[in-house]
Amino acid sequence: MFGKLTLDAIPYHEPIIMIVAAFMAIGGAALLGALTYYRKWGWLWNEWFTSVDHKKLGIMYFVVALVMLLRGFADAIMMRTQLAMAAGGAAGYLPPEHYDQIFTAHGVIMIFFVAMPMVIGLMNLVVPLQIGARDVAFPFLNNLSFWLFAVSAILVNISLVVGEFAKTGWLAYAPLSGIEFSPGVGVDYWIWALQISGIGTTLTGINFFVTILKMRTKGMTLFRMPIFTWTSLCANVLIIASFPILTATIALLTLDRYFGMHFFTNDFGGNMMMYVNLIWAWGHPEVYILILPAFGVFSEVIATFARKRLFGYKTMVWATVAITLLSFIVWLHHFFTMGAGANVNAFFGIMTMIIAIPTGVKVFNWLFTIYRGSLELTSPVLWTLGFIITFTLGGMTGVMLALPAANFVLHNSLFVIAHFHNVIIGGVVFGMMAGLTYWFPKAFGFTLSEKWGKRSFWCWFIGFYVAFMPLYVLSFFGAVRRMQSYANPEWQPWMILAWVGAVIIMMGIACTIIQFWVSIRDRKLNADLTGDPWDGRTLEWSTSSPAPFYNFARLPEVGDIDSFWSQKQRSNEQLDEAPYTDIHMPRNTVAGPVISFFALIMGFALVWHIWWLAAFGALGVVVSFIARVFNEDIDYYVPAAEVARIEREHQKRKTSAPSSAVSDREQTNYVEARA
Amino acid sequence: MATDTLHHGATSEPHEHHDTTGTKLFGFWVYLMSDLVIFGSLFATYAVLMKGTAAGPTAADIFELPFVLVETFLLLFSSFTFGMGVLAMNAERLGQVKAWLGITFLLGAAFVGMEVYEFQHLIHQGYGPDQSAFLSSFFTLVGTHGLHVTVGLVWILLMLVQLSTKGITPMTRPRILCLSLFWHFLDIVWICVFSFVYLMGVL
Repeated sequence: MFGKLTLDAIPYHEPIIMIVAAFMAIGGAALLGALTYYRKWGWLWNEWFTSVDHKKLGIMYFVVALVMLLRGFADAIMMRTQLAMAAGGAAGYLPPEHYDQIFTAHGVIMIFFVAMPMVIGLMNLVVPLQIGARDVAFPFLNNLSFWLFAVSAILVNISLVVGEFAKTGWLAYAPLSGIEFSPGVGVDYWIWALQISGIGTTLTGINFFVTILKMRTKGMTLFRMPIFTWTSLCANVLIIASFPILTATIALLTLDRYFGMHFFTNDFGGNMMMYVNLIWAWGHPEVYILILPAFGVFSEVIATFARKRLFGYKTMVWATVAITLLSFIVWLHHFFTMGAGANVNAFFGIMTMIIAIPTGVKVFNWLFTIYRGSLELTSPVLWTLGFIITFTLGGMTGVMLALPAANFVLHNSLFVIAHFHNVIIGGVVFGMMAGLTYWFPKAFGFTLSEKWGKRSFWCWFIGFYVAFMPLYVLSFFGAVRRMQSYANPEWQPWMILAWVGAVIIMMGIACTIIQFWVSIRDRKLNADLTGDPWDGRTLEWSTSSPAPFYNFARLPEVGDIDSFWSQKQRSNEQLDEAPYTDIHMPRNTVAGPVISFFALIMGFALVWHIWWLAAFGALGVVVSFIARVFNEDIDYYVPAAEVARIEREHQKRKTSAPSSAVSDREQTNYVEARA
Repeated sequence: MATDTLHHGATSEPHEHHDTTGTKLFGFWVYLMSDLVIFGSLFATYAVLMKGTAAGPTAADIFELPFVLVETFLLLFSSFTFGMGVLAMNAERLGQVKAWLGITFLLGAAFVGMEVYEFQHLIHQGYGPDQSAFLSSFFTLVGTHGLHVTVGLVWILLMLVQLSTKGITPMTRPRILCLSLFWHFLDIVWICVFSFVYLMGVL
């Protein structure tokens, strides 16, 4: 009746898990109770869960990502604590089978459920506004993508309490992840969480690719698009071309595990190295899906706060395109030790080093944008400067790893761990924090506290170096990754130092939480009444903050790069505005959450081999999808009078804004004119 | 043909700010390209594993070309009938559209039926997908195509229902066009399956 699921699946004997589960239960109950008490369910469902508004979906992506960041970071600090203790034969406090689950969960959560939703969340929030569109090309699919991602995050969290998670490392290499060596449900949780969210990601990729190519406003040619939109476009090309490989690979692993097939098994002709090749043919483009939009954020931030047009716009675009193409021909550098031979390794090594060239172009573009600009050291700028330093360093250790000869020594050591945290924390995390701070007022109508933002930055920046430089050192002593304990007591001081670094990073996360608290408390003081708090250059700053649900009352027209900026320079000329017209908008839909809910049931049932429930879930997905395609009431018109009313209110707020912003702007214009 | 229909859809919705039919068709093209990557992964997998027969049967032992040739012609012919259906839609002849779609459905269903028979026959002989890596990759590649055709069949049925209840409207027209793209796409994939898996396996 319930497949493999019995009451024994709940790990009563693991006090750590039970305590975490208790906290989750208490926190969840408090949240649900508060929602019920304040009668917010209807509001949540009508205004948020069923919303097809890209801005609200972007916010929801970020909310889930920040919650999952706490979960992923809890895993990190547990690992660091274990390694600070387990020296010279000591066992530490985490048994190996639990430790293995933790490092797997940490990697999976941080990449799929923190970094990806942050990147996609920012794209949602910003891209339609930057291209002057009123929504994405397929608003319902956008909502569905979010929910497929969200239920996968739920599935991962269920694995904490019911059953176990994979013990295989974040990419579940076969044959370890095959049924022979991983007979438990851990890998199955991994499979279905990634399969469901991966399909959502592919839909997002298609959606934003079409949005950017088809929905740009009048005059916005490709080479007038803001850089963040360009990097998002390239990231979406990578999603479209690489995520199907992940879908196929996971499906093959599923067939091996569920139907006894032999794709990746040791016997019956299977080929386990094919798994590693396939997973990295997706996995390497994936890291560029994460980093390219972060590059875009830095480009926007640096141009805005240096009050200069980005240096070398065209080279920035072509560098992005070059990285996009190159990212598909470097995957083998993840396993030079496979034994493909010297020529193959040399090819992939050289290709990997070549990627450093367009990346170097970008670094110089940012530096030259700062040069002779009037750089304002706001917290987004601090994140950007911290990124330039940290990412350059991480890039250099990447070039070291790209040498096949050196790689044979460094492979599987802590050097690899230090390297990719160097580029992911220094690149993606710093980028997302910069983007969050930069675009927060556009989403919510008030700015975040600078004081706590800067504190968060310094904690992350210092914490990163204290936590990961020791790992570079340890790797030269021979310390390997995924190591639960070690014999050599001389490593322990370095491990304790790394633990201190993790604690400093934890303080950085705490600063971000305090930052939210303080900023929400002081939201009236920090209100962004103009819609343009940073004196921005791109179209998203031309509308009110928060942006109205239709984004633009009149679709803007674009004449050059940074069109909004040049329009502000000509601000004296009052254009004769055309009257408002009715605006065509998509209607909210219950289909996204409903389809995804059935997908969650199906995924959970498949993990536990509850076949009747899996069939029920699959049927639910199909039937609710068909119900959606028979629904004709999917859009409506906002009357022109309503648009006029909303815009009048925005104008009223704008004129009530203190004049300091205006005088600041005049001053900076003067600086730019002088430069 | 795609360009023609694209303009056709655009003019039918004068109130739109952007050309929604064109956007839908373009989006569907992009989806098909991502689906092609899935098939590409499966073809690559088959190429790697086709020699991994584990002392079991090889391709030459189990494929029956005449049988597969009939399957192939059923699918090719169904692409032709679908094309006739789209031409009928452009001429606004609802009855003919439904008739051509009905014929397409029958041809597609016959194709899937023959494939199911082939699979069932192989499993019955003891050559199931769990017998060797070659058989795993064969069943998965061909089966994934068959699954797509089955989804296409369900989609045709849904379109027959929608055509009967709503007629040729700005809602149903782009759907028929997308389905048409999907159907021809599966035809092209099948030609690759036929040449790469069956022909090269036997010859």
